[in-house]
Amino acid sequence: MIPRFFRGGKNCRQIVANSKVDETGRRTRGRKSHVRAQDAGAGSADHARRASIAAALRRILPGEGVLDGDIALRPYESDGLTAYRQPPLLVVLPETTAEVAAILKYCHGEGIKVVPRGAGTSLSGGALPLADGVLMSMMKFNRILDVDFPNRCAVVQPGVTNLGITRAVEHAGFYYAPDPSSQIACSIGGNVAENSGGVHCLKYGLTTNNVLGLEMVLMTGEVIRLGGRHLDAEGYDLLGLVVGSEGLLGVVTEVTVRLLRSPETARALLVGFASSEEAGQTVADVVAAGIIPGGMEMMDRPAIAAAEDFVHVGYPRDAEALLIVELDGPPVEVDHLIGEVEAIALRNGATSLKISGSDAERMAFWAGRKAAFPAVGRISPDYYCMDGTIPRKALPQVLAGMRELSVKYGLSCANVFHAGDGNLHPLILYDANKPGELQAAEDFGSDILRLCVKVGGVLTGEHGVGVEKRDLMHEMFDDVDLAHQMRVKCAFDDGHLLNPGKVFPQLRRCAELGRMHIHRGNLPFPELPRF
Amino acid sequence: MTALRPTDEAGVLAAVADAVATGTSLEILGAGSKRGLGRPVAAGRTLDLTGLSGVTFYEPEELVIAVRPGTPLAEVGHLLASRGQALAFEPPDLGPLYGAPADVGTIGGMIAANLSGPRRIKAGAARDHMLGIRAVSGRGEIFKSGGRVVKNVTGYDMSKGLTGSFGTLAVFTELTLKVLPAPQTATTLMWTGLADDAAVAVLSRALGSPADVSGAAHLPASVAADFGFSGPATLLRLEGIAPSVADRAARLAALLADAGPAEAMGGEPGLDLWRAIRDVAPFAATPGTVVWKISVAPTAGPKVVARLPAALPSTAGSRHFYDWGGGLVWLALDPTSADDAGAAAIRAAIAAEGGGHATLVRAPAELRARIPVFEPQPGPLAALTARLRAQFDPLGILNPGRMVAKD
Repeated sequence: MIPRFFRGGKNCRQIVANSKVDETGRRTRGRKSHVRAQDAGAGSADHARRASIAAALRRILPGEGVLDGDIALRPYESDGLTAYRQPPLLVVLPETTAEVAAILKYCHGEGIKVVPRGAGTSLSGGALPLADGVLMSMMKFNRILDVDFPNRCAVVQPGVTNLGITRAVEHAGFYYAPDPSSQIACSIGGNVAENSGGVHCLKYGLTTNNVLGLEMVLMTGEVIRLGGRHLDAEGYDLLGLVVGSEGLLGVVTEVTVRLLRSPETARALLVGFASSEEAGQTVADVVAAGIIPGGMEMMDRPAIAAAEDFVHVGYPRDAEALLIVELDGPPVEVDHLIGEVEAIALRNGATSLKISGSDAERMAFWAGRKAAFPAVGRISPDYYCMDGTIPRKALPQVLAGMRELSVKYGLSCANVFHAGDGNLHPLILYDANKPGELQAAEDFGSDILRLCVKVGGVLTGEHGVGVEKRDLMHEMFDDVDLAHQMRVKCAFDDGHLLNPGKVFPQLRRCAELGRMHIHRGNLPFPELPRF
Repeated sequence: MTALRPTDEAGVLAAVADAVATGTSLEILGAGSKRGLGRPVAAGRTLDLTGLSGVTFYEPEELVIAVRPGTPLAEVGHLLASRGQALAFEPPDLGPLYGAPADVGTIGGMIAANLSGPRRIKAGAARDHMLGIRAVSGRGEIFKSGGRVVKNVTGYDMSKGLTGSFGTLAVFTELTLKVLPAPQTATTLMWTGLADDAAVAVLSRALGSPADVSGAAHLPASVAADFGFSGPATLLRLEGIAPSVADRAARLAALLADAGPAEAMGGEPGLDLWRAIRDVAPFAATPGTVVWKISVAPTAGPKVVARLPAALPSTAGSRHFYDWGGGLVWLALDPTSADDAGAAAIRAAIAAEGGGHATLVRAPAELRARIPVFEPQPGPLAALTARLRAQFDPLGILNPGRMVAKD
């Protein structure tokens, strides 16, 4: 959960531990206004109603479940995308599904916008509040309701942390597979909203592949259950639509996740190459050999140097590209596959190669990669983390393109890359104190994402669209594509009251969107042949 | 009835646009091999997609394939096998269950029904392997969603939303799927003589072990002969590289020694066995029975089955077997067992055992028109389903009635 816009140096740990930390005064230079044309206007009117709304909500949530003081609201003004800030109208902290339903029903009746929030670690502004909207924190939903080992699933409340699930089942040899780097803090409800990934996605899937069921509340206050402990949907795959919907379709109040048996062993290779092409070919050859590693990560020269300077674990400073390949499973299998991967790497001209002989050594291989973000934070006052996915074969082309962009914008860039699944995390180095650099970093980032789309990739692999990439959606989708996505939204929330302003570049009223221009005797598509 | 058979996306668009303009309903078909799955559709025209056939691109190193919906599934399977790859969810060939020849079904039909085989428990369902789609919605508009990479959270995952929608939201024109290396070897361990509940307990222990089981089925006595066994058989499949499979098989047999000695089976007999389980082969051979597909929590499978004799007027001639570690029950009933093909009894048993769903996979059209083929949904969920349908197909022209009556 490292903030995407990130101040480097000694403050890292504090920010990493808690994105709610109030950094007022340290960050005003990088601050951006979130208010958009479509959000403005209604603001003042709703503000005037704050007291009456708070009173109404307190009738639903007695006690301290409603926050409306300026100081109490401040911790909620931002999520992991800390360059964007906006205190909400007020905050509600429900504890039961019935409370969530009552709040949403009330807000629906009054036409009040609602922004759901988990741990607030989103890197794309998914939980950024609205000035005229209620922020619904789900962090009081923090209980593990049931662990069912015979059926290999757990039923948990959405505020339970990702790692908290694994902690609750690891004594029996099980774990929850998706492992976003924020897993110590991020909530499973947030993971559902964002379809979070991690370094093990290629082999074990994303959140969407590991969630069996949900209970959720629609904006109307209606409670629905999707899936359960069984497999596959009984009708449309609404579970598939809801996971990754960024809090726009409903508020999740219970999650049933799939548990997996923990791998018996894991070993890793640390391999240096003189070019990213050779490293990329190694990745392709590993896959072509029928091997799906548990994790396969790549770093470029600037990232290698930053990491090695920070953690001193023996990364090869002379390498242009570094691969970490981890194989997990039964010892017999891991030992066999380590040998195969080693042979493939050497065939592709590896300049250095180490194989972990112990778990401590394996963790040391990972230490630099896992510390890559703070390591980059040490060498630059600020950095901006991007999240495109590309077909693996396009890596050299994209890296070359990024080098050109780096020259164009006068900003450095370090790359860490989930090589197995093609998910790139370029880290753009900038200094928000220098006029214009934040804007340049953002423009550089947008150009990188355009490049990702151009080579057949996508805008976001795991961080979400949120407010950050909303205006880039047209790079991937045309108006008709986006209209069909919005039609999903209209089926769930036709008033656009739930988390509006995220994901879609333009809000259009559902009724307008729904109009089919058919008039008697006046066929649409007159150019098309008739039957 | 007019039959339309476009050969490209523009042709599909023209067909749907004309249907929109004239208010004519369409029955969307691939090869039609699974036409009996779902409620009967009464449509003005058929839209046959077998003319949209062929692979758009296949990049083995990128683990991705894009195909047109009318491509025969068998053709895709052969192409992938030539590069040592496969659709990991092990798609079944259900055509023969409906009296169609083997290997005629299309990939579009399989995705429209979200069909997955025994490896579902390890590799996920068909929907988990969908990366992107192009389609024509019931509004007569071409749209796309997703992409060609595994890790993608750009917008709603409509590739999943359309998988399993039985052609009631949109007509596919291109499907992009993730592919994976095919397992190099496989071994099946078999225990004999176990009762249903004991067998599923064995499957659960195995699935919770580090053995990385890729198939977990139990064949009770009533179907054993169809698979060539003399009595109940409990089966666990292990796949992967040879040294790993051998090692895991030895350790799994030791772990489950209290269930009796395990017999190992490999090679062609093993492949044939899992193919027969995948394709529900025993029930294809008895076309007179009605067939239910029941999905519940794995340990609930035998409990649901145990409730049926008391709840049904007659279970004479009923047969069942388990896949997915007990969570998938295939049940064949004599149509005279109950007036509603057993729907009420089966669905009540599922509800009493923690929930899940039952699909009337095969029955005469009269029954499928009268009884909910898919699990009926509670009010708010049914309303949401109807709203989603109306957003994508406001005139209700695509496969009307296929999933629910009056839509």
